[in-house]
Amino acid sequence: MVMSRIFVSGYGAVSPAGWSAVDLQRILAAGKSLPIHLLERPGWEKRLRSRPVPAPAARPAFLAHPRLRRSSPITHYAAGAMLESLARLKPDSSRRVGLVVCLQSGCVQYTHRFFAEALADPATASPLLFPETVFAAPASHLAALLENTPLVSTLIGDPATFAQGLALGAGWLRQNRVDLAVVVGAEEINWLRADALWHLDHAAIISAGAGAVALCRDAALSAGVELSTVTKPRSYSARLTRRQAARAMREELRPLNGELLCDGLGDSPRADAPEIAAWQDWIGPRVSPKTILGEGLMAAAAWQCVAACASVAEKRFSSAIASLVGCNQQAIGVRFRTQDKVLQR
Amino acid sequence: MNARMNFPAKPTPVPPPRVVVTGAGIVTALGAGWKSNADGFRAGKTAFRRVTLFDVSRHRAKMAAEADLPEQMPATLLSARQSARLDRASALLLLAAAESWRQSGWNPSDDIPLVLGTTSGGMPLGEDYFRQAVRTPRLHRRQATRAFHYQAHAQGRMVLDALGLGGPVTIISNACASGACAIGQAWELLRGGAVERVFTGGYDVLSEMVFSGFDALQALSPTCCRPFDKNRDGLAVGEGAAMLALETLESARRRGAEILGEIIGYATTIDRHHLTQPHPEGNAAVAAMSQACAGAGLTPADIDYVNAHGTGTLLNDDAETSAINRWAGERAATLPVSSTKAGVGHLLGGAGAVEAVVCLMALRGQWLPPELVLETPDPACHFPLVTQPRDARVNTVLSNSFGFGGINASLILRRWS
Repeated sequence: MVMSRIFVSGYGAVSPAGWSAVDLQRILAAGKSLPIHLLERPGWEKRLRSRPVPAPAARPAFLAHPRLRRSSPITHYAAGAMLESLARLKPDSSRRVGLVVCLQSGCVQYTHRFFAEALADPATASPLLFPETVFAAPASHLAALLENTPLVSTLIGDPATFAQGLALGAGWLRQNRVDLAVVVGAEEINWLRADALWHLDHAAIISAGAGAVALCRDAALSAGVELSTVTKPRSYSARLTRRQAARAMREELRPLNGELLCDGLGDSPRADAPEIAAWQDWIGPRVSPKTILGEGLMAAAAWQCVAACASVAEKRFSSAIASLVGCNQQAIGVRFRTQDKVLQR
Repeated sequence: MNARMNFPAKPTPVPPPRVVVTGAGIVTALGAGWKSNADGFRAGKTAFRRVTLFDVSRHRAKMAAEADLPEQMPATLLSARQSARLDRASALLLLAAAESWRQSGWNPSDDIPLVLGTTSGGMPLGEDYFRQAVRTPRLHRRQATRAFHYQAHAQGRMVLDALGLGGPVTIISNACASGACAIGQAWELLRGGAVERVFTGGYDVLSEMVFSGFDALQALSPTCCRPFDKNRDGLAVGEGAAMLALETLESARRRGAEILGEIIGYATTIDRHHLTQPHPEGNAAVAAMSQACAGAGLTPADIDYVNAHGTGTLLNDDAETSAINRWAGERAATLPVSSTKAGVGHLLGGAGAVEAVVCLMALRGQWLPPELVLETPDPACHFPLVTQPRDARVNTVLSNSFGFGGINASLILRRWS
């Protein structure tokens, strides 16, 4: 039997670097960490380090959609990345688009606001805020922006969940249930989320944004990139440490010549140690988006994949790995490679 | 067999394997375990009381279906430290998981994926985090633990450790359809030939945040949750969990396992009408039920009972009524329908899983779960509502779950005989 091949038809990113994958690539290529903004934390003089998403140069047209009127920044970021990932294809309402939205912290801004109101006086807590606190809200809004979305799902978990989203989308394509599958990872920022991250990892610098990878089955729609491998998820448990899981993931990805490694290293020696150990024998080129952009959790995993896709699409590398060693759930690796190379094989 | 939820995946077998249930665990406000719940659902018991988990004195609604945790948790592989740290959501999930696991007869393995549905995971821990961060910002004690364990995948990891599992954990958060979508995704994994066994289900715990949210929306009933009643005035929230051990028929037969039922259909659709309101005619719900039936090779005439989403809100029940009427057509006149949310409330991310287990109970026991609280059936319902406990010939049932954001899911289960 013939395996269905899955290609990347586009990608998009909203990050502290700006509102496009081009901005992301430009900042990663420069290799210089973005400036840190300090977030005020009420009641504590210590301020929390962050790298927020800058305001867009012009108001994105999609914000005029009625469904996005009251939505929170996470939906705006996700919409920006998703629409960019679809932008290179001609609009075609007959094309069935599957949508997988991956989140870790999710809609923290409205959750914070709503719960604060509810604690103060539940009788006057805003009914407009509560629906936007739900993990499924961004996916619902994104589906409303698209015309033909037969399958939509929201996955939550640690950042490696973005790779699960890619595998899910690829599965939908293999089964011919959709013509495109867009996988989006997104996060937003506020002091509460920064505070929680600080408690888990004092060295991390919180950031926000989104990344999207659009997958297709039709080679004619491809951006010249093929999704080659999503490794088996290795769950952390009492029987498998994070270090062991990272190592097992890395062993499943035998390195290829001229390959780029987009790793998940950040600013935290303790948190980075398992991934450093897993790739200690790596001598090829590598890029570490989180050291430049900050700890964007699910968005950062998406940026890693977008950076990997872009490096292949722009023919700077023949293949690229995104190493997703999640913070507290699982390790999964993803490989993208040039479409031509595979066809010649 | 490797738990291959990766890419590239093996080609889908033709025909796809049949998927059976070999273990089921449940905990709701009716109690912990199959028997107490089967007795309660069969009799149409209701389990609402004034909320004790948090202060509701300033809320419009006061009632919910709180679950009582047993004094002793089931024996598992959790360490004493892990057991001592169990939050309420984890405890509910563990109760259901341990029961289902025991019944399945499965052994610890690295090749069994875990697919869970939830809307809010360990939200009460997040609430505690928030309160401490705001009220005593210089006090950091226990905040790291809360920040870690409030996340849903921490509860998933707890299940792995408790049962000696090592497979992939997938958490689906499609609002109130999460539990049904988790079971559906597990079913698809098995049908795709990726694995032979999947442990799946859904859970949610009562939290002040979610209770306040539905209260703010004025979606909570200030009186009594009466789905499909002409005078219904809202939903009631509940809490609980249900877990199912799903495996291919071939695997179950090879093990000589007791089969509790078969899952033969699943479909999910998206209603893009509004973030919180369903399309008034339930278009996406019709599509979900139709697609699930078509996939199973059935028509509405083959369905013996519909376990409705039936929250008890005006808009949801209107839309679902319209959808069932349209989907069932002439069959509606004789198709029994009820909502078990009348007894245990709306379990949100756990609802679809709990209701799937209730369907298994009905299939095994050959009875229909009634809504005793129903006083005046909504005349818009062309279908008979089950209002009294009764035995029935039940071979095939359909269970609906619809969520905020518009995800609709329908599962079809069949009696095993």
